[in-house]
Amino acid sequence: MMMNANRLVVLSKYFQSGQRLLACNVRHAGKKVQQVQQQRLFRTHCRQLAYAKDLFLGLLNKDEVFPYPEVGKEEQDEINQLVAPVEKFFSEEVDSAKIDREAKIPEETLKGLKELGLFGLMVPEEYGGLGLSNTMYARLAEITSLDGSIAVTLAAHQAIGLKGILIAGTEAQKQKYLPKLASGEHIAAFCLTEPGSGSDAASIQTRATLSEDGKHYLINGSKIWISNGGMADIMTVFARTEVVVDGVKKDKISAFIVERAFGGITSGKPEDKLGIRGSNTCEVSFDNVPVPVENVIGEVGGGFKIAMNILNSGRFSMGSSSAGMIKKLITMTSEYAATRKQFNKSLSEFGMIQEKFADMALSAFAMESMAYLTAGMMDRPGLPDCSLEAAMVKVFSSERAWICVSEALQVLGGLGYTKNYPYERYLRDCRILPIFEGTNEVLRMYIALTGMQYAGKIATSKIKEMKKGNIGLAVSMIIKKAMSRTTSSVDLGLTGKDGVVHPSLKESAKKLELSVTHFGWTVETLLYRFGKTIVDEQIALKRVADVLINLYAMTAVLSRTSRSISLGLKKHDHEILLTNTFCDEAFFRNNYMLVQLQKHTPENDEANIKKIAAAVFQNRSYICSHPLDRTF
Amino acid sequence: MSGRVLVGVKRVIDYAVKIRVKPDNSGVVTDGVKHSMNPFCEIAVEEAVKLKEKKLIKEVVAVSCGPQQAQETIRTALAMGADRGIHVEVSGKDYETLGPLHVSKILAALAKKEEAQLVILGKQAIDDDCNQTGQMTAALLDWPQGTFASEVSLEGDKIKVVREIDGGLETIKINTPAVLTADLRLNTPRYATLPNIMKAKKKKIANVKPADLGVELTSRLEVLRVDEPPQRLAGIKVETVGDLVSKLKETGKI
Repeated sequence: MMMNANRLVVLSKYFQSGQRLLACNVRHAGKKVQQVQQQRLFRTHCRQLAYAKDLFLGLLNKDEVFPYPEVGKEEQDEINQLVAPVEKFFSEEVDSAKIDREAKIPEETLKGLKELGLFGLMVPEEYGGLGLSNTMYARLAEITSLDGSIAVTLAAHQAIGLKGILIAGTEAQKQKYLPKLASGEHIAAFCLTEPGSGSDAASIQTRATLSEDGKHYLINGSKIWISNGGMADIMTVFARTEVVVDGVKKDKISAFIVERAFGGITSGKPEDKLGIRGSNTCEVSFDNVPVPVENVIGEVGGGFKIAMNILNSGRFSMGSSSAGMIKKLITMTSEYAATRKQFNKSLSEFGMIQEKFADMALSAFAMESMAYLTAGMMDRPGLPDCSLEAAMVKVFSSERAWICVSEALQVLGGLGYTKNYPYERYLRDCRILPIFEGTNEVLRMYIALTGMQYAGKIATSKIKEMKKGNIGLAVSMIIKKAMSRTTSSVDLGLTGKDGVVHPSLKESAKKLELSVTHFGWTVETLLYRFGKTIVDEQIALKRVADVLINLYAMTAVLSRTSRSISLGLKKHDHEILLTNTFCDEAFFRNNYMLVQLQKHTPENDEANIKKIAAAVFQNRSYICSHPLDRTF
Repeated sequence: MSGRVLVGVKRVIDYAVKIRVKPDNSGVVTDGVKHSMNPFCEIAVEEAVKLKEKKLIKEVVAVSCGPQQAQETIRTALAMGADRGIHVEVSGKDYETLGPLHVSKILAALAKKEEAQLVILGKQAIDDDCNQTGQMTAALLDWPQGTFASEVSLEGDKIKVVREIDGGLETIKINTPAVLTADLRLNTPRYATLPNIMKAKKKKIANVKPADLGVELTSRLEVLRVDEPPQRLAGIKVETVGDLVSKLKETGKI
């Protein structure tokens, strides 16, 4: 079935229709240019979403993603200077096997990390940090990821732990807390998750009640899975507070800076985890912890948005850290594959092994392209909201990393399975990636729904018309449906006269344009089919998110390679090969998923999936009779 | 005494890189290969910075001779604690034939110009293994030298140096100004921390040409050919001592 869909699209190249497919010729006119803010200030209103949302309309904002973000020469020199000592430290002073075995990062290693300055990478220089941009942070994440436990400890401290103060704190709060946090004298933690509230973060029950004299809050409740929970001095804690909105009492979440020194805080024993064992994870309980009102971050009742902003701002670095790890694995594993011989040939001569390495190279390539594209977008003035893009980077990288590590282990066979080699540790460390920082399931929903909501607004008026029985509109939709099956000269401006993609990538660019167009149309049909209940159609939304992730990945590799060719970077021929291969794969996978999203195609197996699951849940077990059972 | 120390730092191919010879055997592949500061130069910088931290000297000046990229090496020295840098611009053919004699003439000129109290160098570079620059610099300046230093202590206007020599350790006392070269066990160089790298951006690097110092770079040496060391051949196992003796006779070893 998949073959037919792809063949149809390929064959359709030969049909000329010469017409724009999209009825909505709404060009992305007049980007609202937000006022350029010097500092990262928190905004309560919806910020300018960046690139991905318009893909839901079948539109490609090439200006957002082409050309690939550049760093200035000075910044590049700085990055190179900063990378060297960190790499050196990690290769000489970090004993990952020991950290994993003893489930602890040694004090001297932590001290070395603090002295290197790794605890305040994005804290502005005036508060004692390094004031690095997102791009530079991502670059360093490639190196810190060499040890999973250290990477998570650092990320929990600065990507989320102190981020709240950084993006939403008052000047006084920043002056008071950031310097010691930047030097590592104090360690930070992010306390949101509770036993009953994981993915459903808005349902937390920890309470903060205002004291009689209105001078402080008393926090009561307990949090779990808190990284750095056992050693953090400063915590960003989220709790419910009573607020009065328009005269009505409501329970809204607020964010607080809580010092362990305030008293009443107990940390449980460290969790015994599968991976990232050197990272401290534990329960943290709050028993009438007094927190001065000056320690509220942002507005009282505005905590949830702050939590989401914090989490959104740290995600993109998973792309570069995973890419860094995979690149290292490729080096280690290819050395083995080139020297190990079986059947009188080295492993590297066997096709199945070659495929694994190609997959690793493609994965690392796509991940880093996406990560740095997103970081570059985030570093632009005007603070574009790249939460959608960051979420996509996270989902893609976490899942691909898991597969790549598994395959690398496979290449080493039995050796890879032993503790004598680091592969099993990398595998265990990697398994957390699809789980934390927002499970991939929740993120897929976020990705799909944010875009659908946006597209829905645009399409609402048209749908209303159709449901009223506007025949003309219905007919035009049917014609559109027929024509899109024979898509041909789709032109979204990537190639040609004002093209932004290098001519040698023309084929792949065309594939992206076709996919985007097909996607936009599919989104429209989905909205029409489900309307508001689309929120409950998780299986469909999963496919939508996966298609979008592929589109973003294709965009990133095309943008990156176009730049490499134009600059004449070394080995850009190889990049062209990787880009074309990646785009081929992504294009065909998208086709299949888009076909699955149509209502009555055989590829759409949703109904059956739901039936199977329902039966299993009814019995809470596997329900078939045993194959050896008899009825006679 | 000026309290100023000159430290020479050389940009070499990183010690961890696998060296490859160019196909035309004219030299070693350097293009696109990772470079870093010569490990012995790192030890030299560390020693100078330590002396400054002990307040025994006042200023550390890092010097490097080479093309534009040599500035990266100077920046690393600045990040480790040097106060300022001097980049002696040498590029192209001149750089390919640059050797200890030229560098020592440059360093001698700079030592005089900067009124240095001390010149500290690494004992040798890991690319050419010459082990000559320190000694030549001292000779040109007519200064005493403490080479292969594994311990240095300033005692008034003299320096006590413990030297690593073939027979063991030799302790000497020399006058200042002097030239020292650092050996492996002199100290453990610090990591250039990220905050220090950022601070180092503000430190100055002066640009100088060899001609300004009255040094001309014509080489008296010509490299004819560079080859990889011969591949290590497999050994042979023998059963008895008699076999061993006959095999050795066969291959003409005895």
